[in-house]
Amino acid sequence: MKSSYKKKSFVASIKRVGGDYQLYLLLLPAVLYMIIFHYLPMYGVQLAFKKFIILKGITGSPWVGVKHFARFFESIQFTRLIKNTLGLSFFQLIAGFPLPIILALLLNQARHPSVKKIVQTTIYAPHFISVVVLSGMLYVFLSPVSGIVNQIIQYFGLEPIYFLGDPKWFKSVYVISGVWQSTGWGTIIYLASLSSIDPSLYEASIMDGASKFQQIFFIEIPSILPTAVILLILNVGRLMEVGFQKAYTLQNYMNLESSEIISTYIYKVGLLKSQYGYSTAIGLFNTLVNIILLVSVNEVAKRLKQNSLW
Amino acid sequence: MSKALKVKVSQSDKVFDIVNYAILFIVFLSVVLPLYFIVIASISSPDAIYSGEVRFIPKDISLEGYRKIFGDKNIWLGYKNSLIYTTLGTIISVIVTMAAAYPLSRKSFTGRNVFMVFFIITMYFNGGLIPTYLVVKDLGLLNKWPVMVIVGMVSVWNLIIARTFFQHSIPDELYEAASIDGCGQLTFFVQVVMPLSKAIAAVLALYYGVGQWNEFFRALIYLSDEALYPLQLVLRSILIMNQNSDNMVGDVISMMERQKQAELIKYGVIIVASLPVLILYPFLQKYFVKGVMIGSLKG
Repeated sequence: MKSSYKKKSFVASIKRVGGDYQLYLLLLPAVLYMIIFHYLPMYGVQLAFKKFIILKGITGSPWVGVKHFARFFESIQFTRLIKNTLGLSFFQLIAGFPLPIILALLLNQARHPSVKKIVQTTIYAPHFISVVVLSGMLYVFLSPVSGIVNQIIQYFGLEPIYFLGDPKWFKSVYVISGVWQSTGWGTIIYLASLSSIDPSLYEASIMDGASKFQQIFFIEIPSILPTAVILLILNVGRLMEVGFQKAYTLQNYMNLESSEIISTYIYKVGLLKSQYGYSTAIGLFNTLVNIILLVSVNEVAKRLKQNSLW
Repeated sequence: MSKALKVKVSQSDKVFDIVNYAILFIVFLSVVLPLYFIVIASISSPDAIYSGEVRFIPKDISLEGYRKIFGDKNIWLGYKNSLIYTTLGTIISVIVTMAAAYPLSRKSFTGRNVFMVFFIITMYFNGGLIPTYLVVKDLGLLNKWPVMVIVGMVSVWNLIIARTFFQHSIPDELYEAASIDGCGQLTFFVQVVMPLSKAIAAVLALYYGVGQWNEFFRALIYLSDEALYPLQLVLRSILIMNQNSDNMVGDVISMMERQKQAELIKYGVIIVASLPVLILYPFLQKYFVKGVMIGSLKG
């Protein structure tokens, strides 16, 4: 009796491992992909401390210590890149973070479901426009000769502005177009958490004579706060990750002073000028700053007894 | 007394509603007007655009711009390449992502947490541009079309969405029942899980599909042969670098005329490039939204 029980459990465990083996098989392609295209490049990060010689490969190239980092910190580009990258992302965060929250609250209060639906469908749409097309739209709208924006400016008797040829305007163009493209999409997550509010809270507040404003401040804002905090943490963790694509497509030699950011510089130094080690070092510096930012914001959120990522 | 109070409250709510609708209307217009202007400018005469006569209605309607765009072989080639990359890339990505998400969603799966950490690390830490480029180069993928469907094959964010979906909608008991009939995990995944997961497959396909269609960075870095360029790179040369192929601006001689023609073509190109996504979008919107919702659930 006992032995047959043992035998059974042995068979069962073999079966379980067998079952697991098939699960590993399912997982295999994704794991291989990650190893090849994410973990192998991580091994290649050592280039940041090496002088890359093509014939010797990554492993065989000689070490140069922190030479690349020293060169980057001392270069005239350093302050400018940091200033531009952080400037763009702070400006973007300040404009881009609260707007979806406000818009979601307003949408949620729309009395007619059809109005809500139409506005939602419309404001999500820009999210699907590609970066290249968005930049193209900006070029045609902001053209100093034929662009509609400058025609309107001139209509009011003002001088046309060459928005994309003037470093002063780059940040505004970048951030406002970003707000235009992603505010609508950003409301989805807040609308989702608003829709999960217990209806009895609203009923009770109406019984107590609460106005819509009071509902927003005492019911809705507190209920979306946890979501907002998580998103804020994630956003701060990405402060140094200003999108390469838009900055690069909006960049030209006239606005370079304010449009050159870390990611575009990494691309130019690395691929266009083939300074592999130097470019990798800048990339590594960028990643490290990101991680430090993410961890510290998460720590602050924890201290404040708010939600945190971990 | 209480009646008076009630009236007062509802009046303040009325004001709120009016202000609210006014704001929503402005938001609505600020999204629609730029898009609307592109449409009417693309069918107006370039002279009217230049002189600022195109405001709310098209002027001197002509399809000249579109005729030139559709006569351009680079645009067609880009369209064809993008269609191939998008179709193939989406299919591969969805299958690989779902296959990986399923084991990760099973509580009994040994090593589940280790693998999750393995995937999540790549969201925060990466080798960077050059080390990745060198790997692609060593694999001999540089300037070959497969690079467009292989690099970026798995998005960890989409993987997490799919995993969350499986956790909530494929109960463990289902497999236990199937395994009694001698069904292995592989067969179970193909014959039971996949058919039950059409909704999440749609969500993933849309995310990967739109991503592929709009992808530009990967092509910029890894492709140098113009015959392999996806639509976005062709668009870039027309919209941003002002390089119209000669047959588009044609035999127009004066510099000014050329510039006007180029401008007209830009408006049309924006429409042509965004059309597939914008036409499909209202029908597919609910799937996109669903994806965000699932993503916001805590797995």
